[in-house]
Amino acid sequence: MTTTTITPLASYRNDLPYPFCPGCGHSPILDALNAALVKRGSDPANVVIVSDIGCSGLSDQYFITSAFHGLHGRSITYATGIKLARPDLDVVVVMGDGGTGIGGAHLLNAARRNIGITLLVFNNFNFGMTGGQHSTTTPAGAFTSTTASGNLERPLDICATVAVNGAGYVWRGTSFDDDLPERIAEAMDAGGFALLDIWELCTAYFVRSNKYTRRAFQSTLDDLGWPSGIIQRRPELPEYAAAYRAAPKPARSSVGIASIPVTQGSALDRRYSLLVAGSAGGRVRSGVRLTAQAAIRSGLYAAQADDYPITVRSGHSLSTLVLSPEPLDFAGVTVPDALVILSEDGLAKSRALLPRLAPEATVLAFPEVAGLDTPARLLVLDPSAASSRLARADHGLAACAAALHVLGLFPTAALVEAAASAGRLAEELSRVVAAGLEMAAAAR
Amino acid sequence: MDQRPTPPPREYTDGSTAIVRGALDAGCDFFAGYPITPASPILMMMMREMPRVGGIAVQGEDEIASIGMCLGAVLAGARAMTATSGPGLSLYSENLGLAIMGEVPLVVVDVQRLGPATGGATTVGQGDVQFVRWGTSGGYPIIALAPSSVPECYHLTMKAFDLAERFRCPVFLLTDKELNMTMATVAVEDYRPAEVRPRPAPAEPGLPYRYAPADEVPPLRPYGAGETVRFTGSTHDERAFITKHPPTVDALNRHLAAKIEDHRDEIELAAADPDPAADTLIVSYGVTAGAVREAVRRSRAAVKPVSSLVLHSLWPVPEHALRAAAAGARRVLVPELNLGQYRLEVERTLPQVEVAGLNRIDGEMITPEQILEAVR
Repeated sequence: MTTTTITPLASYRNDLPYPFCPGCGHSPILDALNAALVKRGSDPANVVIVSDIGCSGLSDQYFITSAFHGLHGRSITYATGIKLARPDLDVVVVMGDGGTGIGGAHLLNAARRNIGITLLVFNNFNFGMTGGQHSTTTPAGAFTSTTASGNLERPLDICATVAVNGAGYVWRGTSFDDDLPERIAEAMDAGGFALLDIWELCTAYFVRSNKYTRRAFQSTLDDLGWPSGIIQRRPELPEYAAAYRAAPKPARSSVGIASIPVTQGSALDRRYSLLVAGSAGGRVRSGVRLTAQAAIRSGLYAAQADDYPITVRSGHSLSTLVLSPEPLDFAGVTVPDALVILSEDGLAKSRALLPRLAPEATVLAFPEVAGLDTPARLLVLDPSAASSRLARADHGLAACAAALHVLGLFPTAALVEAAASAGRLAEELSRVVAAGLEMAAAAR
Repeated sequence: MDQRPTPPPREYTDGSTAIVRGALDAGCDFFAGYPITPASPILMMMMREMPRVGGIAVQGEDEIASIGMCLGAVLAGARAMTATSGPGLSLYSENLGLAIMGEVPLVVVDVQRLGPATGGATTVGQGDVQFVRWGTSGGYPIIALAPSSVPECYHLTMKAFDLAERFRCPVFLLTDKELNMTMATVAVEDYRPAEVRPRPAPAEPGLPYRYAPADEVPPLRPYGAGETVRFTGSTHDERAFITKHPPTVDALNRHLAAKIEDHRDEIELAAADPDPAADTLIVSYGVTAGAVREAVRRSRAAVKPVSSLVLHSLWPVPEHALRAAAAGARRVLVPELNLGQYRLEVERTLPQVEVAGLNRIDGEMITPEQILEAVR
């Protein structure tokens, strides 16, 4: 048995000196982060500093905390994964204005989710590591190595963007602010997505190109009309990782094995394929699916491939059903043994098959699409022959029942059983199957 | 009714469902993905299943966020999977490199569809075979498994989790639209779980990385387990501090290759169906292997003897299985739904044998008839 004595740490820094340029804002911001960590007193193993690319991406190496140094602009995504998996960890993202720009989609969505991470933006208005190029936060008119005539783009208002999208805590200030440690600690305690937009000087590039000083921060803010200090606090918004755990959970698995009993037999001695060609809304796929389950009840192997446009509620809906007494290693069908055509949409998608059907093949067609030229046997199925009304949504299953009756692939009793086993749908499906069988009896 | 014995239980399902079951049985507790046909059914099922088992599933704002969340979650102790199709895999590219460099166990399902860019949304293809191998900068090895049936989707998903843990690297499960979305009849007894070794819990604090011996893989040290854990995508020493020190960088990069290349025998998976009288061997993988199995049966019954080797691991190339299966063969046929991507590997592995391709890139499957014609 071990005893753990918790002694507050005096520092979360290791003994490595910062590598940053003289006058760079990164050093004081990291000192403020250190002070905030000391103030909060978490186990350094339970603090993860997540960084990405740029000079700020070096930061984690100067701390004794855990660290995730990832790819440019993606630090928010790693931090989100860490927080979701371990909500008890303190997750602090340090990223530059470059990472904020390239990871803009992640910024928006982290704010919108209100995931409980704290994001420190080291905002020095340019890319310091790669040569002073302009970033999404470079002020209009500013000179950088890629805006020689002055920046034509307006800067991104990071704070307003995340605030309007639901961030729990938003603050804007500078690396010179004395209250930075308190604000960082406050942000980490806020619980939700917390962002600190920390303006700072890049003495290597931006300061030199623009004669920019710490006094210029306020005039830039004034020019833009942007506020500083605490911009938003919304402790009432649910934090995402907590909300996920509190959300109701589905009672039942949707992927459990649903084994199908074999209750009937089939005399089918070869592979047989059936294409049902109808329209969206005809429940072709579910009708064929029930028929396949009935085939399995009859000891056969079934496979089914569906084809429908991306606009699922309009256009064609095709299902190909392959049946065999042997396991099916290959479920592809070039020309089917039987073709069931329910609608103009279905006919349009299957018309090219008609002349290719074998003479011993069968075509079953609804009356409005029955004027067909094919070497195959043609039978017309008339929904009005059924004693109960067959709505459009019944066509898929009713036609499958009729096809089964006509083709004799396996006992229709298996389909009657499959329909009766369909839980709360059993009554309705049984009615449709019965009507389909009546329709088949009247086929001509 | 006739007197045949009642067959064992069967079900009607698809590869997507089998992959989700495999992930659940492998202990997966984190999933993030972004909708894309034909991988969306996996996302939808995982979103429903994960909360039930105490896991987390997220629909990211894009593919980049999805794989990024997975990487973060794994470092926080999760067992993670993501699923996409070719266009989404393109967006995974940079973070696959990070997973390789940072030695992150992660299962990546690529449900292939046809063509570059949006391609045939959504028709079948096998065009990502070389893409998964070379899909990120640097050129370091990954592992890829390829099921050819619904039960194999289950088994190899579990196997993918096991290999990801064993080698601390991304492991691809390479499937396709037809395998994932075609409903099939499966004998329940055909589902074979794979053993998934537990993640070793390091007893003592230690280093997150180790480069000597080059092929050894130290256990993953998760955040929040009592010691600080560092991680970086930059070249790094064994403490995960950034370094450009040439001997250290050399040791790191050789380790990333050796941990997989020196253990190819642990990864190699293939199903050989030899016929001693055959002079032709068919080498296949994925959905195309189904057509091959039928063609082999029909050829043996009515045409000529033929041997088959179905590859279940594609990367590293299962060279031992290929050489063993090709012994005595005069000719090797490699049917693929691309223009011969894996044929290159077969030719390289079997330089003494005539290797022919059978290739289709029109969004339709290669049929048993086409294979019979090519074998004749």
